[in-house]
Amino acid sequence: MARTPKVGVYICHCGINIAHTVDVEEVAGFAGRLPHVAVARHYTYMCSDPGQNLIKQDIEELGLTHVVVAACSPLMHETTFRLACQEKGLNPYQFEMANIREQCSWVHAAGPETTEKAKQLVASGVSKAILLEPLAEREAEVTPAALVIGGGVAGIHAALDIADAGFRVVLVERGPALGGRAMQLHKTFPTLEPVAGLIAPLIARLLGHPRIEVLTEAEVTEVSGYYGNFEIEVAIRNPQSAICNLQVGAIIVATGYDLFDPTALPEFGYGQYPEVITGMEFERLAAGGEITVNGKTPQDVVFIHCVGSRDAHRALPYCSRVCCMVTARQAHEIQQRLPEANVTVLYMDVRAFGKGFEEFYDEVRREGVLYRRANPSEIIRRGDKLIVRAEDTLLGEAVELPADLVVLAVGMTPRADTEKLAALLRLSRSPDGFFMEAHPKLRPVDTATGGVFLAGCCQGPKDIPDTIAQARAAAAAAMVPLMRGKVKVEAAVAFVEEELCAGCGVCAELCTYGALALHPVRGVMTVNPVLCQGCGACAMACPSGAMNLHHFTFDQVMAQVDTLVGHLS
Amino acid sequence: MQIQARQFARQYDLFGCIQCGKCTGGCPMTLKTQLNIRRLIYQTLVARGSFDLLGFEVLWDCTTCSTCTMRCPKDINPMEVIIGMRSALVEGGRVPPTVKTALESVFRQGNPLSFARSDRAAWVGDLPVRRIADLGEEADFLYYVGCTPSYDPRIHPTTRALVDVFDRAGLKFGILGEEEQCCGSEVRRLGESGLFEMLSEDNLALFEELGIHRLVTVSPHCFNVFRNDYPRNGWQLEVQHYTQVVAELIESGRLTFSGELPRRVTYHDPCYLGKHNGIFDPPRAILRHIPGLELVEMERSRERSLCCEGGGGRMWLEGTNREEKLASRRVQEALETGAEILATACPFCVLTLEEAAKLAGLEERIQVREIMQLVAEVL
Repeated sequence: MARTPKVGVYICHCGINIAHTVDVEEVAGFAGRLPHVAVARHYTYMCSDPGQNLIKQDIEELGLTHVVVAACSPLMHETTFRLACQEKGLNPYQFEMANIREQCSWVHAAGPETTEKAKQLVASGVSKAILLEPLAEREAEVTPAALVIGGGVAGIHAALDIADAGFRVVLVERGPALGGRAMQLHKTFPTLEPVAGLIAPLIARLLGHPRIEVLTEAEVTEVSGYYGNFEIEVAIRNPQSAICNLQVGAIIVATGYDLFDPTALPEFGYGQYPEVITGMEFERLAAGGEITVNGKTPQDVVFIHCVGSRDAHRALPYCSRVCCMVTARQAHEIQQRLPEANVTVLYMDVRAFGKGFEEFYDEVRREGVLYRRANPSEIIRRGDKLIVRAEDTLLGEAVELPADLVVLAVGMTPRADTEKLAALLRLSRSPDGFFMEAHPKLRPVDTATGGVFLAGCCQGPKDIPDTIAQARAAAAAAMVPLMRGKVKVEAAVAFVEEELCAGCGVCAELCTYGALALHPVRGVMTVNPVLCQGCGACAMACPSGAMNLHHFTFDQVMAQVDTLVGHLS
Repeated sequence: MQIQARQFARQYDLFGCIQCGKCTGGCPMTLKTQLNIRRLIYQTLVARGSFDLLGFEVLWDCTTCSTCTMRCPKDINPMEVIIGMRSALVEGGRVPPTVKTALESVFRQGNPLSFARSDRAAWVGDLPVRRIADLGEEADFLYYVGCTPSYDPRIHPTTRALVDVFDRAGLKFGILGEEEQCCGSEVRRLGESGLFEMLSEDNLALFEELGIHRLVTVSPHCFNVFRNDYPRNGWQLEVQHYTQVVAELIESGRLTFSGELPRRVTYHDPCYLGKHNGIFDPPRAILRHIPGLELVEMERSRERSLCCEGGGGRMWLEGTNREEKLASRRVQEALETGAEILATACPFCVLTLEEAAKLAGLEERIQVREIMQLVAEVL
């Protein structure tokens, strides 16, 4: 260390969030007496401009070498304070955060013990801080091209936006045709436009685009490299089958969804009664000529909501979001084309949340479609009619509804190959099985893997406009590195102390990011700092202590632990 | 007693209903009876073919206060649904005996109170009131008195005070006298649509014959039916409630008060003036102008005013719960304001509230008064 550390410690009140539970003045006093601490202050909101100015002023006037802020989670404001340090010439990695909100004031009652814990967390933070070393943030070059996986509505829109912005795009579609599931739909809701008419011009533009290469009947088989420089292997499985290698800077996953198979709910008799069909099958029925069942015009048509959806026991625990409106549109179609028919929709709730949805739902009911609150539990045959047995919960009575046609609004499920692609791209999946976004609120199109973005129903059920919105957002996000030409690389990454490394490779097996490799000549491990995300799994596993992690070195972490243990004893 | 369910549902837009229960949740009758309009609508919707209303005695509970209609988020008119269902009962001859008597009296005597047609103008006595037929073009408006203000002595002070006020302000007005007959408001609400049609056609023909283009009523019920339910057939008819006229006379300085009424008064909004027609301020303006009078508001007032149970034909119907009266609750609410006088602007409200105050032995603590009775004291 070049000079004796001089630490500034700042205790945040977070309004009343911390200050009502922790005696912040006492903690500041305590911090001021810790070794190497030059100054300790407390303030209402450290993240505010005046709060940050306190830090900046002290760095300038007192020549601080390290800064510790005791406040919220680093996920919340670490970047804020790092930037404040950087502005005054202090390396951002010489900043440390002690979480005395989520890990202290929010989870304990007010009292001396809570204040004592806050002190320990601060002392522990200071112990680490004085060992922190400056780290250099680096950048890597970016390949100015993108891969889009999936040729449905999401993939098409993402590809067009990126290509229109001037970048090369390769779109890989597993099936023989473009347009995805949307092409199987008859009409949109609530605007009742023929879907094919909306999608066909987009496909034509995609195929004619000078910067888009479309590979159909093709599948991504291998992904390596890192954010900004991915190496992709694509297997083309048509008569001219081939293997294709691509370099891209960003990847958009737009692989869509599967439909719930209602044979898993045998009470509906799907597969047994030809009059029981899925919503998607109704689309085909409606797109054809006359609507007939067993050669006759149906008189009683029953739609059933939430088939498979909202069933945590046997099917999908979540709401599939589109079925309410798809059903309303289909009921409307029947009512229009067969005005004499009794059209009944059996629902648990009607979720008409989108723009124009409630109005459409109103319109459909007013046309004469009867909505009855029931989650039917059985379909049986009686004579030449099917009987839908249910409890009408608004009547509080069991009811039997005759039907000539029953349409099941089946839910949307993750595609069967989701796990395979998740493994290839190192993506996480949320509990519902769909690909997981980096943050459910703040980062809805990013994934935990840098440079890989999500679009459309592969992330969760959604309708066409939401799919397009997400696809275009993903395209915009993917274009950020493509346009800049460079990506920032995390500085807190793993490093090898080569004299200790035996090259056993235990670390490489654990590395989720493919960042570790055995040096072919020297027989020791090497770290690819662009791929490494700094998770630390390698450092934990290394039997000889050769793998270490910048910013979380053994010395730094043990100093924190020692301080905590020291306080406890 | 059958209604054709699907046809009925279409006629009353019942398919638009989302069964949210806003109607029933706010219905004052659910404070005391089993009336559930949300359920009635649903039963109609799910009925295949015809729906039998026989035994649905609760249909007679509705006071047609219009709270349900006012609040329905889908713009369905549950109150009219009940009137429509009553029509089916009337057509089938399933009418409570008291209603039958009232309807027959309207048919024979032109009033539901079983008084003689020839006594309709007996209230005039020695007042200098002229027949509108005699005034011809001179008349500014028809003073349409209505059945209860014509015959019920408890309302006569109001009926007569209005003549006094109109005279003082120099207004040119006339009455129909014995030619006046029921407006049909309660007839329509009891579901006797045929009789209502007859009354409205007769009355309108009379207005046309006499060249009447403007009329002023005592009762908000008459006011409402003329204003909202009468077919116009191109005939221009301006309809006013007396509170609008009197408030305007006071505010324009054409009517002044010489006396004082240093009393604390609360005002009960009649449903047919307030909820149905949005007239909340003119009656209050009259009260505020009475010298010495202190106007206090009840906890629920204006759109939230509690129905007195006098509407929807309920003056001739006990309903399924005779024991509890909403008017009694309303008198209690008035007492809670510390008011000595409970004022209102509807003959039915006066009668129901007065009866409730009497039954509860509260006459000493709170007096029920029609606004014009208070005005008469300070003229």
